[in-house]
Amino acid sequence: MTRPHILLAATAGLLSATALCAADTVSMDDPNIAVGYEEDGRYYTEDGVPTFNVAEDGTVDWPTFSGFRRYHAECHVCHGPDGEGSTYAPALKKSALTMDYYDFVDVVTNGRQKVGAAENSVMPAFGTNPNVMCYLDDIYTYLKAHGSEAIGRGRPAKKEAKSDVFSENENACMGS
Amino acid sequence: MKRLTLMTSGVALFAASMAMANDDLMAQMDNASQWAIQTGDYSNQRYSELDMINKDNVGDLQVAWTFSTGVLRGHEGSPLVVGDTMFVHTPFPNIVYALDLNEQGKIKWRYEPKQDPNVIPVMCCDTVNRGVAYADGKIFLHQADTKVVALDAETGEVLWEAMNGDASKGETNTATVLPVKDKVIVGISGGEFGVRGHVTAYNMETGEQEWRAYSMGPDSDILMDPENTTHLGKPVGADSGTNTWEGDQWMIGGGTTWGWYSYDPEADLIYYGTGNPSTWNPAQRPGDNRWSMTIMARDPDDGMAKWVYQMTPHDEWDFDGVNEMILTDQELDGEMRKLLTHFDRNGLAYTLDRITGELLVAEKYDPAVNWTTGVDMDPESETYGRPAVVAEYSTEQNGEDVNSTGICPAALGTKDQQPASFSPKTGLFYVPTNHVCMDYEPFRVSYTAGQPYVGATLAMYPAPDSHGGMGNFIAWDNLAGEIKWSIPEQFSVWSGALATAGDVVFYGTLEGYLKAVDSETGDELYKFKTPSGIIGNVMTYEHDGKQYIGILSGVGGWAGIGLAAGLTNPNDGLGAVGGYSALSDYTALGGQLTVFALPD
Repeated sequence: MTRPHILLAATAGLLSATALCAADTVSMDDPNIAVGYEEDGRYYTEDGVPTFNVAEDGTVDWPTFSGFRRYHAECHVCHGPDGEGSTYAPALKKSALTMDYYDFVDVVTNGRQKVGAAENSVMPAFGTNPNVMCYLDDIYTYLKAHGSEAIGRGRPAKKEAKSDVFSENENACMGS
Repeated sequence: MKRLTLMTSGVALFAASMAMANDDLMAQMDNASQWAIQTGDYSNQRYSELDMINKDNVGDLQVAWTFSTGVLRGHEGSPLVVGDTMFVHTPFPNIVYALDLNEQGKIKWRYEPKQDPNVIPVMCCDTVNRGVAYADGKIFLHQADTKVVALDAETGEVLWEAMNGDASKGETNTATVLPVKDKVIVGISGGEFGVRGHVTAYNMETGEQEWRAYSMGPDSDILMDPENTTHLGKPVGADSGTNTWEGDQWMIGGGTTWGWYSYDPEADLIYYGTGNPSTWNPAQRPGDNRWSMTIMARDPDDGMAKWVYQMTPHDEWDFDGVNEMILTDQELDGEMRKLLTHFDRNGLAYTLDRITGELLVAEKYDPAVNWTTGVDMDPESETYGRPAVVAEYSTEQNGEDVNSTGICPAALGTKDQQPASFSPKTGLFYVPTNHVCMDYEPFRVSYTAGQPYVGATLAMYPAPDSHGGMGNFIAWDNLAGEIKWSIPEQFSVWSGALATAGDVVFYGTLEGYLKAVDSETGDELYKFKTPSGIIGNVMTYEHDGKQYIGILSGVGGWAGIGLAAGLTNPNDGLGAVGGYSALSDYTALGGQLTVFALPD
């Protein structure tokens, strides 16, 4: 993760935020979303940032489906079902669109605090939690897919098969 | 230095007040003009003898005064009233206010603990706290970070502090405590973080730990006697807290104890329930997982268990057994019985003999409940006391990585902790309920201390083929095991009920309404919309010859998480998704006490 890389991604993040303001719908051609290439069942933008892929018949890529599952085990007890937000925690489906990927990774890994008179909002550090860290890109692309309305609320009905490389990486990361 | 002095004077008082502590609280609870304990009384009936506000005049109720707690997020529990003072608590940071009722609620003192904010995200499901307790001139606060603090009720000065758990391992607290005799009985939260649940007794005067009873583990940890502790009338036997677990899973086995506690002074037993076994993936913990999901009857002096009853062996749905145990003396089949009634998350309402632990009634209190066909009530049967699990809704039988759909109730239960009430006048229980179902897919997870340890993904939605709402407020006959009447509600009813001798039952709703209904018929008599959604419990008291009704507003908790953006049913097919109401369209964060009275 080199510095110029991060800057590039940040620019892409800004672009998508601007696009959000201009129109309510997010363009799938947005460089922070558009698929640049695919590698072992996972999709990336031209800048190498993980992204989702939804086929015309609604089939989602496996990592994004995996992200749906892991999100609803690890994140939804604060951020609500489908990344829609709760009474006190932000709607992550929006954060995944407006926040730079590397910032997203940083906040999930290290946490952050907003504690004051009117707010007691604390995001924990998940850096040591394999149930989150092994699936971080999955959770990210799931939120991005739902935030951009490429997939709706609830469980994606159709998904690509899990790739062998995904399984290998998963087993190595989870230690099973 | 200051603290040392206080500790010393605490010790000096010890001898004089030890025997009186229990008597003091009992006398305070017997005085109907007060609300001296969160649960109304030791029996957890949440019933008041006050009848100035009654079914004929409750329609005239008005707001008498209000108080902002200065904290947003979920406000559970209720204020206490002892003498001329009202004690109001808040969610994290767990501020306690003593309000002078003789001076229109002027703040006599306030106490704000210093807590590491890192405890906030370790609390599953918001930073709620279900209130302070009073006994022997002291206010007991159990903070989010598990510190138990005894405050001088007159001055707010700290008398002692005790650390009950370790938040860095996911041990937190949301519950109130139970003062009994010379002890304070304290539970723990953290079932979603692999915490091994326990109940602990602290000396009321010194804060010293007296005993601790784990929910699972060796006999010496769970304080059970293999011969004399019984399960459905039979001895539990040796190693009952480890031999229904595989390997060391019991060490991170859950069974936390964050619900309400009751006490029968005559039987000298405390009653409480234990939560879900950890993880939510049943495949990772073969066996019955004793004693998670269990009703416990323990001796408050030494913690020894007299009897236990495991309601949901080998949980597959997160149906925590922590809900309140309501103690009543009622006539059953022509005989006066000492009963315990419990509305479990699993959708079954249980009536037991609270002395022997004999199971008398187990019936569904929401017709939507479908994961079981019922409990085996035949004492001669091998599966006596066990619920018959419907294979289609068994997340264990369907297996890991399989999405089991249409399970009712959802993980939040037909009822969560929001306590029911009982009116001795009608003989009925008034129960706030959820009417929500779920899809549940378990999968493998790894344990890391202090990190969520869940292992399932789930989707929740209003019970299908019903009124479309997510809750009901029901009247229940615990002897017949029948619903008497049921009021449909748009959202889950997440507020504790109050029944009074004025033939009125009060409860709050998630949109923020305080409602009063006729205790016989359920007819609505009054409603008022408070500033935020209600997940607190209704209380009542009398001051200067006038009856008041008090309720905390402040939406949040599990309800605020699940319902904020509305629920969707993924099985409805495309197009129907998003068709259900979002709580965020009705209410926003708040933190306010609203007190009602009749006009002069």
